[in-house]
Amino acid sequence: MNGAAAPSCIEVRDLTLGYGDFVLMRDLNFTVRRGDIFIIMGGSGCGKSTLLRVIMGLKAPVTGTVRYGETDFWRCTEDERQRLLRSIGVLFQGGALWTSMTLAENVALPLSRYTTLNEGEIYEQACLKLALVGLAGFEAYYPSEISGGMRKRAGLARALALDPHIVFFDEPSAGLDPVSARNLDALILQLRQSLDMTFVVVTHELASIFAIGNNSIFLNNTTRSSDGGGDPKELLRNTNSAYIKNFLTRGAAGQEDGHA
Amino acid sequence: MGAGIPADLGGLPSAFTDGRISRIVYEAGDLKHWDTSLLAFVVRLERAAKAHALSISRDALPEGLQRLVDMAFAVPPGSGTKERRSEDGLYVRLGGLVLDIPPRFAELLRFQGALVLSFWRLLRGKSDMRLEDLLRAALECGLHALPIIMLTSTLFGMILAFMGAVQLTRFGAQIYVAGLVGIGMLRVMGPVLVGVVMAGRTGAAYAAIIGTMQVDEEVDALITFGISPMDYLVLPRVLALSLMVPLLTLYADLMGVAGGFLVGVFMLDLPAHAYYQATINAVELRQLLVGLVYATSYGVIVSLCGCYQGMRCGRSAEAVGKAATSAVVSSIVCIILATAIITIFCNLVQI
Repeated sequence: MNGAAAPSCIEVRDLTLGYGDFVLMRDLNFTVRRGDIFIIMGGSGCGKSTLLRVIMGLKAPVTGTVRYGETDFWRCTEDERQRLLRSIGVLFQGGALWTSMTLAENVALPLSRYTTLNEGEIYEQACLKLALVGLAGFEAYYPSEISGGMRKRAGLARALALDPHIVFFDEPSAGLDPVSARNLDALILQLRQSLDMTFVVVTHELASIFAIGNNSIFLNNTTRSSDGGGDPKELLRNTNSAYIKNFLTRGAAGQEDGHA
Repeated sequence: MGAGIPADLGGLPSAFTDGRISRIVYEAGDLKHWDTSLLAFVVRLERAAKAHALSISRDALPEGLQRLVDMAFAVPPGSGTKERRSEDGLYVRLGGLVLDIPPRFAELLRFQGALVLSFWRLLRGKSDMRLEDLLRAALECGLHALPIIMLTSTLFGMILAFMGAVQLTRFGAQIYVAGLVGIGMLRVMGPVLVGVVMAGRTGAAYAAIIGTMQVDEEVDALITFGISPMDYLVLPRVLALSLMVPLLTLYADLMGVAGGFLVGVFMLDLPAHAYYQATINAVELRQLLVGLVYATSYGVIVSLCGCYQGMRCGRSAEAVGKAATSAVVSSIVCIILATAIITIFCNLVQI
């Protein structure tokens, strides 16, 4: 699934993001290929999460298009949009579990809506998905009864409930300890290999960016546009932008200019 | 400088201007402990000195303090930050409020339209609403509200009876208290009472629950699974409250009349069967039905206001509080408006 032959999965063209008259980012163009682990990176408050919300259909763009394969998300019919939404999964920053339901019910709700499985089979599937993220035995717990890290993992189990083609992550490592964050990275890599999924990840965790990312877009909040993208390791090697260099080296490039 | 640090510069700046001082030197030999209030004083003093072109030497100050003073002067105030929004004048604010009305109204209409579509999906059997959510909402806003409705409506019936008795006993017409309480409760007071209690109890809760779900991105999670929040969160609550408020009103009517009965029999010494008979004679089914029309409209109003404020809630804890408050205020205003409209209509068609 690598190389030029990989079909494009999400195509973003001339996208402008904003709130009211305020333009957050303009002229964004990038392609997420199938099988990518695509990183959206940039400084705090530059519009990473907003870009993610536009791509996954929670917020309309000011101008521009987001295409999933042949379908233009913001200009398609309701049925097409439903079909698209069925093929994506989202892990929100805090997990965003439905607090009035147990973990198993959280995972089961999308299953009961989109599949014809009976109740027993759905429960079995839900338990399986929870076990996949290391939460076996917590099926009957409510979100308020478990820790923040566990909520995040349960959110991942729910995002994987319908075996989506594309999974979106909003700051997956925020609030996780270094070991858990690393385990999450390992899980993402494993899922991509075994289930042929595409991931779009918003993060500024450098360790994660280099460990899992193979494609990226870099948002710059001073120019209000994208500075570059591609494989993060190559981006660091080839970029002319001092800002990106600084960002990807934790500011070290700025201090030792010329030594790199 | 004495024992402490002067809160402001006292008479110093005026001394700067008359030209007798040309140079300021600190003496800090005895200084042992200091905090940032000293820093603030030094910065203010130096700013005043600079404005009057006086030279100042801070060699005697502790080294740490000197570094902090340098840092304070390194960035001119306000640079690099957004300019603070200036206070608008009265006319600008008034104009802003007026200009805000059309988009707000459009937003409300969109919400109502979405709710109608959601109801249409339910009728066609294509809704995401779950029956258990409807039942749970009905249980919460109906059965669990019985104690507070009992308390408030019984007391309200008693108050009505007392108020009526004060005037009616002057003519020896205490027995008409029964009719007053009966008609008053059934026709309008019972429904209004239930409506107001539900606005505070359930409407605010709807706004807070849905608002918190917005803050925690739970509503977004529903949307990304293709589940309509209108079907899943709003519709069961609106249906539950619209069905439960009329039922609660029947209960409140009964309790109110019972309250009036207690006052009539024990305070006004009316015979129980006479009070009963007078109530039966005065009250007609028509009044009960008119009351149920009021009640149903209040149920729709309170649930709509609560869910609408919850759905448009911002993404902060403060916004949730605001949403709950707005839900209650707008519910009560709309209840009074609806009461006026229905009452005028009933008068016109002579019911």
